[in-house]
Amino acid sequence: MTAGATDSRTAVPAVVADDRRRWFRGQAFWLVAPALLLLVVCLGLPLAIVTLRSFSEPQWGLQNYAWFFGAPVNLTVLQRTFAISAWVTLVCLIAGYPYAYLMTAVGPKMRLILILCVLVPFWVSGVVRTLAWVILLQDSGVINSVIRAAGLGPVKLIRTQTGVVIGMAQVLLPFMILPLYSVMKTIDLRLMQAARSLGASPARAFAQVYLPLSLPGVYAGAIIVFILALGFYITPALLGGPRSTMLSTLIQNQVLSLLNWGRGGAMGVVLLIATFVLLALAAPLTRQPHKTGSRR
Amino acid sequence: MASPSTRGAAIDLKSVSKHYGSFVALDKVSLHIEPGEFMTLLGPSGSGKTTTLNVIAGFTEVSSGSLDVGGKSVIGVPAHKRNIGVVFQHYALFPHMTVSRNVAYPLTLRGIANPDREARVRKALDMVKMADFGHRFPSELSGGQQQRVALARAIVFDPPLLLMDEPLGALDKKLREWLQLEIKRIHRELGTTFVYVTHDQEEALVLSDRIAVFNQGRIEQIGTGRQLYDEPETLFVGKFVGDSTILRGAASASGDETAIDIAGRKVATAKRLTDGAIPVMLLRPEKLSLARRGKGGQDRNTLPGRIGEAIYLGSGSKYEVVLADASKAIVRSTLDAETFAIGDEVDLVFAASDAKLLADDENADFTLT
Repeated sequence: MTAGATDSRTAVPAVVADDRRRWFRGQAFWLVAPALLLLVVCLGLPLAIVTLRSFSEPQWGLQNYAWFFGAPVNLTVLQRTFAISAWVTLVCLIAGYPYAYLMTAVGPKMRLILILCVLVPFWVSGVVRTLAWVILLQDSGVINSVIRAAGLGPVKLIRTQTGVVIGMAQVLLPFMILPLYSVMKTIDLRLMQAARSLGASPARAFAQVYLPLSLPGVYAGAIIVFILALGFYITPALLGGPRSTMLSTLIQNQVLSLLNWGRGGAMGVVLLIATFVLLALAAPLTRQPHKTGSRR
Repeated sequence: MASPSTRGAAIDLKSVSKHYGSFVALDKVSLHIEPGEFMTLLGPSGSGKTTTLNVIAGFTEVSSGSLDVGGKSVIGVPAHKRNIGVVFQHYALFPHMTVSRNVAYPLTLRGIANPDREARVRKALDMVKMADFGHRFPSELSGGQQQRVALARAIVFDPPLLLMDEPLGALDKKLREWLQLEIKRIHRELGTTFVYVTHDQEEALVLSDRIAVFNQGRIEQIGTGRQLYDEPETLFVGKFVGDSTILRGAASASGDETAIDIAGRKVATAKRLTDGAIPVMLLRPEKLSLARRGKGGQDRNTLPGRIGEAIYLGSGSKYEVVLADASKAIVRSTLDAETFAIGDEVDLVFAASDAKLLADDENADFTLT
């Protein structure tokens, strides 16, 4: 109380700040209500309807799920969806980790350029970027011309799983780089100097000090990229062929071409549950034991 | 491992320079440090003291010159192969490891297995009085505790040389003074050579066997604290180490005696000077005394002035005296001495032999912190 009175000239008195906080707490529900409403109407409701229809069409029962798990092709596609997403995550990690590290190591001007390079693709529609990849990856495209000129022969890229992984990785890379960067910029590089003074070679200092400290960023980026990749539609549809179909293409096919909302819904629910299971499994990884219960 | 008495390594820097483009961080620095010595590198920021430390640690390569540690050249040897302990200002403890694992880390790197490793970790933590904190994470410790753990980690592998870069810089005064004594004790017990970087001259005086005073990439003077205080070789050293009063005037020689014109008075000097030289006279506060105007006595130098500031210090008083030419003198007096008030007309009294005559060095103009 007295502290609040003596500080009154320079800052908001503690008493007033407390009052304000209490007021906000009392009104908190009304402040978050619009966001909640949006979530319920635009996400919860449609999701509930889709789930309902997966059980109710054409009649009540589990026939849609029985169909999904009964047709080997569906399981193959489900498995492929997870495999492609895992590959995309790996490619993003391999490309994004050094990039994010570079962002922490360079001066402010270079960093701005690097950040722009990450963000500019965000401002271009995914369709446009994917079409650009069609041009680059096609059999007579730029990449193949270079490969052929190097004498390595033409490589089939478009309409293959490799093409899909390349295109998706490019689109999703920012979602890996940004979480990585946000964690890496908090790592004190003087720790590496300390490790070296204690006898660690640069490689060991990286493996035993830098890498463990950057893992929260790795987990966060990997989870975001993997989950986004699971539901990716445009890129695999345009860059993939029949042997690289992902679940989203099958769902689209069921719902929009065959107008079978029951089966499409069932596939969506399966994908959703698989995602939740994955998130639950990954949750313990993102918790940092050394940061809990620390100084307050 | 060597026995404690012979554990320290000698360090020999010969004409070491470091350039960053056109900027000269170190300019032909030569410094010999005896085995087991506590050497402090003292200077303002940007004076080259930390660069010197980084050169010894292997974090910075020299542009030219030679560097021997323990009699062997370490030029080109990477930091992780030098076997030198380093304590950083910001602790640099690994946040993802417990205190025990932090301290065990250099032992693990050296392939020391567990019964031995655990014993040495415990011994090192005992030495810094942190034995009960082994299971904690660094984030659960205070700054002083973290720095003690960092010290344990830097000595646990028995390096012949320990480098400390302003290790107490981030701590408050009380804690700093206590840790200074702890560091002194650990130095005594280990017999390791310590090289300590600081900008705090009091800290340097408390800790060091010898002090090297750095200024603008060069060493101004190397000596014990007493030598630096009593016999400063340059004006910079005189101003940087301890409080001092600086008076300027032209010398005039007549016969055997030299006097300096200061604020209109002729002040006798103990040393002979050439006519017309413009030296600087440096006086330590305790070598100066005050008397009421005209009562200063005849056998000593007197300069008239007025009390500009009077500060009661408990153990005595500190006065700022403004002289006729507006230069200021700092005088420290004991409790039993006569007291003066602001505005009192006084005589500044000192013996000619207590005044250090130094060459004026315009480059030494800097503000003391």
